[in-house]
Amino acid sequence: MTPEEYIQKYGPHISDSPATGWDAKPAPEKLVKTHCCFCGMQCGIKLAVAANKVVGFEPWEDFPFNEGRLCPKGVKRYMQTHHSDRLTDPLIRTGKGFRKASWDEALDLIVSKIRGIQAQSGKNAFSMMSGVSLTNEKSYLVGKFARIALNTANLDYNGRFCMVSAGAGNKKAFGIDRAANTWSDIPKAKVIWIAGSNVSECFPTLIHYIWKARDQGAKLVVIDPRMTAIARTADYHVAIRPGTDSALNQAILHELIRKEHVDRDFVEKRCGGWSELARSVETCTPEWAGEICGVNSDLIRKVAELWGNTKTSFLLHARGIEQHTKGVDNVLSNINLVLATGRIGREGCGYGTITGQGNGQGGREHGHKCDQLPGNRDIENPVHREHICKVWGITDTELPRKGKSAVELYEAMHAGEIKGMINICCNPMVSHPDTNFAREALEKLDFFCVIDFFMSETARYADVVLPGSLQEEEEGTTTSAEARVVRIRAAVTPPENAWTDTRILLELARRLGKESFFTYPDNEAIFNELRVASKGGTADYAGITWERIEKEKGVFWPCPEIGHPGTPRLFEDQKSYHPDGKFHLHPTPYRLSYETPDTEYPIYLTSGRSVFHYLSGTQTRRIKFLVDQCPGPVCEMHPALAKKLQVSAGQLVTLETRRGQLTVPIQVTEAIREDTVFVPYHWPERLAVNQLTVHALDPISKMPEFKVAACRIRPATREEATKLRSDYANLKLEAPRT
Amino acid sequence: MAACAECDTHRGTPMIQVEQVDPARSPQTVPMVCMHCKNPTCANSCPADAIKKDENGIVHSSLKPRCIACRNCELSCPFGVPIVKDDIQLMQKCDMCFDRTSVGKKPMCATVCPTGALFYGTHEEIQQLRPNSKPVNRWRFGKQKVETRVYVMVPHDVDEMVVDSPEFGQTGAGSILDSERDSGREFL
Repeated sequence: MTPEEYIQKYGPHISDSPATGWDAKPAPEKLVKTHCCFCGMQCGIKLAVAANKVVGFEPWEDFPFNEGRLCPKGVKRYMQTHHSDRLTDPLIRTGKGFRKASWDEALDLIVSKIRGIQAQSGKNAFSMMSGVSLTNEKSYLVGKFARIALNTANLDYNGRFCMVSAGAGNKKAFGIDRAANTWSDIPKAKVIWIAGSNVSECFPTLIHYIWKARDQGAKLVVIDPRMTAIARTADYHVAIRPGTDSALNQAILHELIRKEHVDRDFVEKRCGGWSELARSVETCTPEWAGEICGVNSDLIRKVAELWGNTKTSFLLHARGIEQHTKGVDNVLSNINLVLATGRIGREGCGYGTITGQGNGQGGREHGHKCDQLPGNRDIENPVHREHICKVWGITDTELPRKGKSAVELYEAMHAGEIKGMINICCNPMVSHPDTNFAREALEKLDFFCVIDFFMSETARYADVVLPGSLQEEEEGTTTSAEARVVRIRAAVTPPENAWTDTRILLELARRLGKESFFTYPDNEAIFNELRVASKGGTADYAGITWERIEKEKGVFWPCPEIGHPGTPRLFEDQKSYHPDGKFHLHPTPYRLSYETPDTEYPIYLTSGRSVFHYLSGTQTRRIKFLVDQCPGPVCEMHPALAKKLQVSAGQLVTLETRRGQLTVPIQVTEAIREDTVFVPYHWPERLAVNQLTVHALDPISKMPEFKVAACRIRPATREEATKLRSDYANLKLEAPRT
Repeated sequence: MAACAECDTHRGTPMIQVEQVDPARSPQTVPMVCMHCKNPTCANSCPADAIKKDENGIVHSSLKPRCIACRNCELSCPFGVPIVKDDIQLMQKCDMCFDRTSVGKKPMCATVCPTGALFYGTHEEIQQLRPNSKPVNRWRFGKQKVETRVYVMVPHDVDEMVVDSPEFGQTGAGSILDSERDSGREFL
């Protein structure tokens, strides 16, 4: 089947009406208090339910984080539940496309393929790829399922494409991977520093906190190559070249030291590595950084002075600094600015990464990652292994060791070492860097199984597709980006013959002969096992119960025992979670991105998100309002560059890199650097900007470099334009009326 | 806009708009709700007497039995709010979520607005929230003075919003000239 045939049959179709149509909204039987699935803010929302259908929503004004506020994705989220594209039966590949199959037939086939591949090529030749839009319960279950039922080391997750550099940087500096403060500290800070985060589009409900701070006189600094909506309102917008964050931060630290803004007591008594760090920035003057970053050195001095002179501050960062081959360095260079001034662990003194995915925080804590066990434990640490072996009732030899990270999994698939995979909650045909490479890897698999609620573009490459469940179809918990554990409620049951993800995993485990390890009467029992498994780890949930979460409208981990109030703000005792109790400073010498512009490919290409879509767009590309606002990718380009290239607004151009090419319309705007173009990433196949990105990795976090590539641009040919128009038209196919 | 379409009286149809201020230069956007004028120009210019203001000061969409879809309201409103819908031959616009506000709820748009660009509440509340600005509801468009029920937040030294000389005839960077269409360049 061609992509066009897949779209005709399985979508994405756009739907513009609720399950019961616009005309008659049945009186809701109940309003289910749950959370939006569409980002790490986890805004509270009340889903209106009638006759097992989600028919609308009401704002949940009592939920403390968002007090009813929602972004357009949150408002329209309920339209996905009964969408006509929902998969409702298992599908097995035939010569041409898929045929419907019974659960027995599909599950038997999967089990026989797992057994066959593992018998022939070893346990680790079968792999699993997962995602953190799953609840904590499902994330924990996936980790245990892969290690015990599949008995493979090769499990990783899509956080590897998201914020994993932040996690690695936080662990190095603080010994714990969590935002240090709740968002309620933001309005109490007098300087807000946002590095590489388009907060206004990616976390709209967080803006409220930033503007509250500004209403009380705070100054705002935004570091971004683009003038995003939040950068537009900043007191200082530092529009640096993509990939130069660590140089900027080194120069700021240089200025903090020169102007004696360093909290000497704090760095000498509470931190380790100060003198080495200070030495490392001796020559990093604002002029030096200005040259690298492409900004005025006076501007660097001004923001350094602002950061140095304030008593309170909150530093936020996101994917803009993290999705680099030096993502961990970028994160550490920001943390160094926080620690050098000692502004952490107090009211109005904060730091945190803004985690992007729905359960980006909780999902990365409990054994979802290739090198991790529940409680954010290290899979190579013998003491950590012993604890989890005891909880799971297995011996050390039965517990796999560290496996390959996401991109490394795809490299191993490409090389033929990994022959089978189960993919859940992940759409790498949109989100994997260098999607042409990813496609080749998928095509080389002997067996590929996808669990999803819609036919994602990745599922098109599957041998078996199992219809799973949406967030609103299962009980569970997630952990928001401020480390607040919240309750997700099952508003409805999965449609027709679809199963919950949990039921699918438990049934597969049973058929793989591991039933005795997976005896859970309900999802709460999974959470209660997670609590025991996480006990004593840094991400300690032992004292959190479903009942407490509901009563207290969320509990902040660490929460080591039942009577513990939870920990909204970390480091109040001025101690880190490292064994020595110190905050660790790390020099971050500037180095180039994997690929920078040259004469052949002279323009920086960077990528990111739109407010109207969530991640790979599997859900949001099916909702008409969101598609109307943002139908497909466009290339943002400065008028000076447009003039140089002799192209005009709206014209179709073709971007080329060493990996591939992409034809898109251009949007001419002064809100971007002259040497840089931007394309959002939510679309697949010929519309994927990830056809152009590099799959080079950060050496520590294994995060790919989505934010920097070198490209060249030319007017589209007639043939390319024809294809693009057809692809654009396909983005707006209406769902058949029922 | 997304939330507005969820209101029970006009389900599926948003009654407010979001304008891009100057897309060629800036990502700035502005939500445009009906300002609910005390002396509404749309109603004054309506030859069919189809636009009514109620006792709460809410200016409503055109009345079905009366509206002749002449578009006077569209042309006369200084804020550009009323829009005549061709398919139903009626003017529809923001009614301040009458179905919600009449039962003590806030309008849907202001309840969910993630940034506080839209706010529904008392003067005391907004003064506490935004100490650096103040609400103003007096406007001057050339010689026309307008007082509205909806307020905008402005710096403390501003008492009246003055719109004197709108810049007409600007060609936005988003527009495509016919000459470009014919030049062999490709567009969507």
